[in-house]
Formats: sequence, structure tokens, C-alpha cells
Amino acid sequence: MNAKKTLPSYLEQTDAVKARFDRLKAREVILEVNNLGKSFPGTSGKGEKETVALKDVSFQTHRREFLCIVGPSGCGKSTLIRILAGLETSTSGKVLLEGKPVTGPGKDRGMVFQGYTLFPWLTVKRNVMFGLEVNGAGHDEAESQALQWLSLIGLEKFANAYPNQLSGGMKQRVAIARALANQPRILLMDEPFGALDAQTRARMQAHLLEIWRKIDITIIFITHDLDEAIYLADRVLVLKAHPGEVQELIEVPVAHPRSTDQFITDEFLATKARLEELIYAKSSHDDEEELYPMMSRLAEVDDNVE
Amino acid sequence: MRRKKYFAVHAELSPRAKTLLGIFSFVLPVLVWCIVSYVPAVWHPLVVVSDPGSVSYFQVDMRVDPGTFAQETATAAAENRALPVGKPANPVYLPAPDEVLKAFYTAFTTPPASRDSPWLHQSFWHSIQIIFWGFTISSVFGVPLGILCGTYTPISRVTEPFVEFFRYLPAPAFGALAVAVLGIYDGPKIAIIVIGTFFQQVLIIANTTRKLDGALVEAALTLGTKNVQLLRRVVIPGILPDLFRDQRILLGWAWTYLIVAELIGTTSGITWFITQQARYQHFPNVYAAIFMIGIIGLGTDLVLAYMGKRFFPWDSNGKV
Repeated sequence: MNAKKTLPSYLEQTDAVKARFDRLKAREVILEVNNLGKSFPGTSGKGEKETVALKDVSFQTHRREFLCIVGPSGCGKSTLIRILAGLETSTSGKVLLEGKPVTGPGKDRGMVFQGYTLFPWLTVKRNVMFGLEVNGAGHDEAESQALQWLSLIGLEKFANAYPNQLSGGMKQRVAIARALANQPRILLMDEPFGALDAQTRARMQAHLLEIWRKIDITIIFITHDLDEAIYLADRVLVLKAHPGEVQELIEVPVAHPRSTDQFITDEFLATKARLEELIYAKSSHDDEEELYPMMSRLAEVDDNVE
Repeated sequence: MRRKKYFAVHAELSPRAKTLLGIFSFVLPVLVWCIVSYVPAVWHPLVVVSDPGSVSYFQVDMRVDPGTFAQETATAAAENRALPVGKPANPVYLPAPDEVLKAFYTAFTTPPASRDSPWLHQSFWHSIQIIFWGFTISSVFGVPLGILCGTYTPISRVTEPFVEFFRYLPAPAFGALAVAVLGIYDGPKIAIIVIGTFFQQVLIIANTTRKLDGALVEAALTLGTKNVQLLRRVVIPGILPDLFRDQRILLGWAWTYLIVAELIGTTSGITWFITQQARYQHFPNVYAAIFMIGIIGLGTDLVLAYMGKRFFPWDSNGKV
């Protein structure tokens, strides 16, 4: 890393990448977020002010886009995705899914959570059938569809296992299949691989891209792992904290199809440098960030580790 | 080293060690009981007379104070009369283990004192029916109400404060009232068990329901699940193993109300047997009957625990 070469700007795109973005933007808008705001009332008795979690957030996603949302802790990215899912209500602004306002949770928006939320009392197959059944599909139809989804994620062998017999990565694969079985317009993912070890996470990322290629699905993916965001996303929405506002919507200049080899390409590194600049440069001056206190030396004088 | 392993906080024991220690938990009190009963030096504050000799008021099997016995013996010896014979004994209310063990059999084979009184197994059957109906009636109302309280906050707020108050009222306090309303036979007894169980049941099950992982409910919501479906397909199956465990604990609770309940109105069931036997000082029978209650209770619980494991194979925190 000593021979530091100057990176190209993250805004530079090759013709192929540009053409791809043109095609993407030509597709219809699936999700439109307009001036979204969310504030939590303060505890009035203690004279606390209300907390503004999100302020004036606006963006659009096109059909089959992969959008990652990153930001420092406290930027309200989880609140944002929960509002999109309908699990929380916004205090101002609107969310439109294919032009229709979102008022509550619904089967048109699937969600994968960070924690494992498979129903432990149902087998893997019944978990995938769950959404189909509550939406009125008959048992046989739900079953045959569920088995198809299980073969897509490569877990048909585990159809009759219970979730507690699966590894973390497998559980999240089933959770993805369960969300997709409802054939939602959009898949919301809230740090879905955050609890997995590095190896499993890498495999899951590749797996998710594979699924995304095969299915007509738009993905909104929250992460705090910048490599993950760049590797997966078409565009990265960067939020800043206190209050949560849109800082920049970055078009990732890394070519498709994606592979892990691209982690060291110039475009990748340039994008990452830009993300780090946006996220960390700001927070190092943040008053929440604590400086290291002066530490006195407790080890022997001649006992050095460096 | 070994001691460290065994006495680490929440130490994991091998299944063998667990079983052995479990057996030991029964052996230990029985051992103490044996020592107190069979080693004359340990307690034995009385003397049981085996031959009254010349003492006019002594009878065979009579228990007398050792001072009195010594004095009578001395007096008889001085007057050259036949000496009384006796040996140290425990009071009649502490029979030895072998007597109680024998009573486990003889209590069933001894016919009742009067012809229209029930046999022991009939008394037991009567008690079991009281428990069954009391617990069933309580559960029919308590379980659904508890689940609703744990699911819907308004229902919880309109129910639980009063239930919380009511559970402090001791169930036996309602005995006289229950007799006035329901008569003197089984009605008031079942009512006491219902009162004793129901209010605890609502609160415990409401709490269990509240402990359901909210993320599961949210996941179900994002899959398009609506109100009643949510209750039927997520809340109830989600809490079922814990609900089952709660019911096991509550059933034990119901048993503890049995004796008080059966004293209300006309004494009946196992309580009638116990009071009757105690009146005639048949204490081995009394102990046997009390232990039988314990055996039935523990036996039921073990069977239910086993059934729970079969019913909920997916339950990972299924501790017995």
C-alpha cells in the first residue's frame, strides 16, 4: 500500500456501466420516498427535546435495482426501512410503492431481518409456505411453490427440518425464500448478514446476487459494511446522523457481473474512499465520539510489542 | 480440580451425574428419617411398653415418658413386683419408614370403618376429579384471557389490575361463601380450586404471551398476516411450549389447594381419609396418603413433561 497511486474519481463510469445505469433509470419507478420525516417525542417531564430520527429523506428506486443504504450509527437507517415495511409510521412525508401510498405492512414488501425470525414451530417448508397460506393459497399450491423456492436456495434437503437444526446462514437463506415466496415487488433487508461470520457472509452475498439476477425483484439493503454495500449495490444511499438525512446517492461504478475479485479494482477503492470520507470524516468530529484517554504505560519498559 | 468443576456457577453435569444426584435428593431425606427412626440414641423420647408387668395403668404398645417408666420400674423393683418391659420409641406421630411402606399396601386393603364410607382408592378418585374439574374450569377461562391480555394492551389494562388485586385474596377465605352459594358437596371445593388457580393463571399466561419475540410478529406482519390470523398462526403456536410448562406449574398449584378445598362443606376425598386416619392415630396411613398425593403429582408432571417433549420437538429451550 506504500506505492499510493491516485484513484480515479468515483464519479467516472465506463461506457458499459453508464449504459447499464441508463437502462436501469429507464425502468419504471417502484418505490418513491418523498420528504420522509420521523421524530420521536421527548420525555416531556424531563424537559427533553424530541429526537429527529429522519428528516426530509427523498429518493427513488427503479424496478430490479439493488439499493444499499449505509450511514453511521444513529442515522436512522433501520427506522427508514421499518417505515418502508410499514412496521412504523412516519411523522411527515410519503412512501409510494408503484404510486400507491404505504400505510402498513403488506405482502407487496417482503422483509428479511438481522435476527433470525423464522417461526421455530414450523419446518423449513412450512415457514416458506407461511406467507402463501395467510394470503389465501391452498395447502397443495403453497407446498409446491415452497419446494420450488427451497430448491432455488439449495435447501430442499432441509424441507422438513426445524429452524433450530440449521446454521445461521441457512436460516437467512430460508428467511429470504420465505419473503420471496409472496412474490413481493420489493425486498427489504435490514443488515441481514450482520450476525454471520465473514466466510458465511461472503457466500450469502454471492448467493443473494445470484437470486437477484434470476428474479424480478427490487432490493433495498441496509448494511454498515461498506465493502458489502459496494459489492452488492447498483446505487448506495448515504445517510448522515442527527438528524438522519440523505447525504449522497452514489452510483457504484463497479462493472457487472460482480465478483469478489473486484474488491481491489480502482473503481471499487475509489467508491469506498468516498463512502469512508462521507461516513467517518464527519463522525470523527462528532461530539459523541470519545477520544482515547491518556494511558500510562503498565508494561515493562523493555517489553515492547512493536 | 473436581470440586471446581462441580461448583462452577451453573455447572454442566453429565446426564449420569444428574440422575444420580436426582435419586440422592430422595435418598437423603429418607436416610435422615431412617436414622431418626431406627437408631435409638438419636431421638426416641418415649418408652413403648411391651409388657406392663405389675404396673396397673400400663398397657401393651402404650408410650410413656421415660421418667415415669423408670419411676414405675423402681417402685415395682422395690416392692418386688413384676417389672414392666419397654424400649425407647419415637412419638406415635412419627412412624418408621417400614410401617409407612407397609401402609402403602394396607391402606388400600383395609375396609373403611363404616360400611357407607369410601375405600382409599375411592377417596383418591374423588380428589382427582375435584382437581380435574377445578383445573379444567379455570383453564377454559384463564388461558384464553391470559393470551388476550398478553397480546392486546387494552384488554390487559382493563383486566390485569383487578386480577392482580384479586390474587392476593386467599382462596380458602371464600369457603363459607362458596358453601352458601354452591352447597356442601363438590361445588364449593371445585370453586376454591378455581379461585386459587384462575387469577394466577391469567397473570402467568399473560406474561408468557408478552415474552413472545416481537420480531416473529413483525416478520408475520411483513408476510401479510392480519389480526386474527396473527393470534392463531403466530402468537398461540409461538407460546405453546411455554404455555404448556406454565400449565404444569399451575396444575401443581391446584393440588396444593386440594386439602383446604376438601375441608369445605362435607369433608371428602383424600382429606377425609387423612383426617379420619389421624383421628384413630393410624399415622402410617396418614403419611402414606400424603406421600401418595406427592407421587401422583410428580408422576403427572413427569408424564406431562414427556408429552411436552413429544408435542414440541422444535422447542430448543425445553427444560423439564
